[in-house]
Amino acid sequence: MFLRRRSDLPMNEDTLGRFLPWLIAFMVFLAALALAGMLVLGDAVARWDTGLNATVTVQVPPGTGAKDDEQRLGQVLAVLARQEGVERYETLSKENLLGLLKPWIGEAGQAGDLPIPVLIDVTVDRDADLDIGRLGQELAALVPGVSVDDHRVWLSQLVRLVTVIQILAWAVLGLIALATVGTVVFTTRTGLAVHRDAIEVLHLIGAQDAYIARQFAARALGLGLRGGFLGLLMAVPTLVGIGYLASQTGSAMVPAPEFGLLKAIGFLALPVAVALLAMTTARSTVMRNLKKMT
Amino acid sequence: MKDSESASIVRFENVGLRYGLGPEVLQDITFALEPASFRFLLGESGAGKSSLLKLLYMALRPTRGQISLFGKNVASTSRHELPRMRRRVGVVFQEFRLLDHLSAFDNVALPMRVAGAKEADIRRHVEELLSWVGLKDHLNSRPTTLSGGQQQRIAIARAVITRPKLLLADEPTGNVDDKMGLRLMHLFEELNKLGTTVIVATHNLGIVRQLAHPVMRLENGRLNTDEAEIISDLGLDEPGVGAGGRTGGPNFTRIH
Repeated sequence: MFLRRRSDLPMNEDTLGRFLPWLIAFMVFLAALALAGMLVLGDAVARWDTGLNATVTVQVPPGTGAKDDEQRLGQVLAVLARQEGVERYETLSKENLLGLLKPWIGEAGQAGDLPIPVLIDVTVDRDADLDIGRLGQELAALVPGVSVDDHRVWLSQLVRLVTVIQILAWAVLGLIALATVGTVVFTTRTGLAVHRDAIEVLHLIGAQDAYIARQFAARALGLGLRGGFLGLLMAVPTLVGIGYLASQTGSAMVPAPEFGLLKAIGFLALPVAVALLAMTTARSTVMRNLKKMT
Repeated sequence: MKDSESASIVRFENVGLRYGLGPEVLQDITFALEPASFRFLLGESGAGKSSLLKLLYMALRPTRGQISLFGKNVASTSRHELPRMRRRVGVVFQEFRLLDHLSAFDNVALPMRVAGAKEADIRRHVEELLSWVGLKDHLNSRPTTLSGGQQQRIAIARAVITRPKLLLADEPTGNVDDKMGLRLMHLFEELNKLGTTVIVATHNLGIVRQLAHPVMRLENGRLNTDEAEIISDLGLDEPGVGAGGRTGGPNFTRIH
C-alpha cells in the first residue's frame, strides 16, 4: 500500500522531490560520521578498560648498588605477595625495559651502567578491597622512593573526555533528527499548499484525511530511503579513509576500526530510521494541517 | 411533516450564505427533496447556483439556517463522518476539477479507491462506465490531452461511478453537443430511476424543455420554487422544442 507507484497527488511534478532526498542524504552523511566516531571511541574505551584499567605499575628506583637493589625489590615483592586484591605481579626484565627506552636513549643503556628503576607490572582485582593509595604509602615507608602508578587515574580522565565526546555525538544525532523533522515539516507544508486544489477534490469525493496523509507519508518514505542510502553511500569513502589513517598511526590507543555485523546493521539502520522519521513526520504534519481545511 | 422531514434527502431551512463580510449571496433558501427526485436548478450567472451546490456538496457551510442531508444535520457532522457523507454525493464540477496527472481511468477510479474498493471491481466498473460515455479508447489518456467535452464526460463518470444517493451537476452539458448532452442526461435519468436524487444546474433551456423534470430557480440569491411562474417566465412551455406537457414534479415537497 505504501509503496504503490501511483499517487493521487501530482507529487512527481513538484520540486520538493528533487531537493528533499539531497537534504536527507546530507543528514545521513553527518549522522554516519557521528555514529562512526561514537563507535570508534566506544571501542577504544572498551580496550583501555580491559587493557589498562586493571594494571598498576610499581616503580622501584635504583639503590646504592646491585645488592641493595635486590633487597629493596625483595621487600616490595613480599608486600605485593601478601596483599589482598593483587592477582598477579611480574617484574619487567632489564632487557625488556631497555627495549622500551631505546627510542629515547638509544644504545646507551646497553652498557648497564645507567641507573634504571625496576618496574613491576601488577594486575589487581578492582572489585577487591584494595586501596592503591595506601599500598603506595606502605611501600614508600618500607622502601624510600618507591612509587605506585595507578593507570586508572589518568585513564579515567581520558574516559571522561571520550564520554563527553560521545554525548556530543549523541547530541549531533539528535540535532540531525530535529533538522530532518523540520525539513520534512517544511516540505510537506509546501506540498500541501502546492496540491491544495487536488487535495480539496480528494476531500470532496470523500477521502479521509488519513488517505491523503498516507500519500504524503509514502512519498516521504520513498524520498527518505533514496536520500538516506545516498548519504550512507557518500559516507563510506570518508569512513574508509579515516579508518586507513587511523590504522597508519599504528598506535595502540587508536584501535583500527573493526567492522562487525552489528555495526553494519547500525549504519544500515541510519537511512531507514531517517526515512521512517520522515514518513511519520509527513503523516502527522498532513493530519494536523488538513484539520484547518474543509 | 415529521415524516417528510425524515424522508428528505436534502433539506434546507432558512439557509443564508455570505463570503467573508460581503453581502449574502444566498438568502432564506428553504426547500426539501425526496429520494429519487430530479431537479433542474436554473438561474443567471451570479445568481448563486454554484454557491448553492457548494453547500450541497459540503464544500461550504451556511452562515445561517440549517442544512440536512440524508436526514443528518450537516452542521453537527464531525470531520470524521464528513467523508462518508461526501461519498454518497456525486459532483460534476463546472470546471471539472480532474486531476491532470492521472489518466482518465484513474480519475474515474478515484472515488472507489478513496472508499477502499477492490482493484478488480474498480477496473470492471470504470472500464464499463468509460466505454458507456464513449471514452473506451482514452482510458490511459491524461485529461489535458482530451477535448473539453471528453473531460466533461470523465468528470461525469467520476461523479456517478459510486452510484451516489445525491448527484449534483454544475452545467454538465456546457461543453458537449446536444446529442451527447442528451445522452449524459439520460445517464442521470437512469441513475435517478435507481433512486439517486439529481440536481442539475444548467443554462441549457433546450434540455430543460426536453426532459420533463421539475425546475427551481435562483433569482438574486433567493430560491423560487414556484414552478408555474418559472415556466411562464422562461417560456419553457412554449411549443416547438421538445416534449410539452410540463407539469410540476409530483415529488416536489414544499415546506411552509
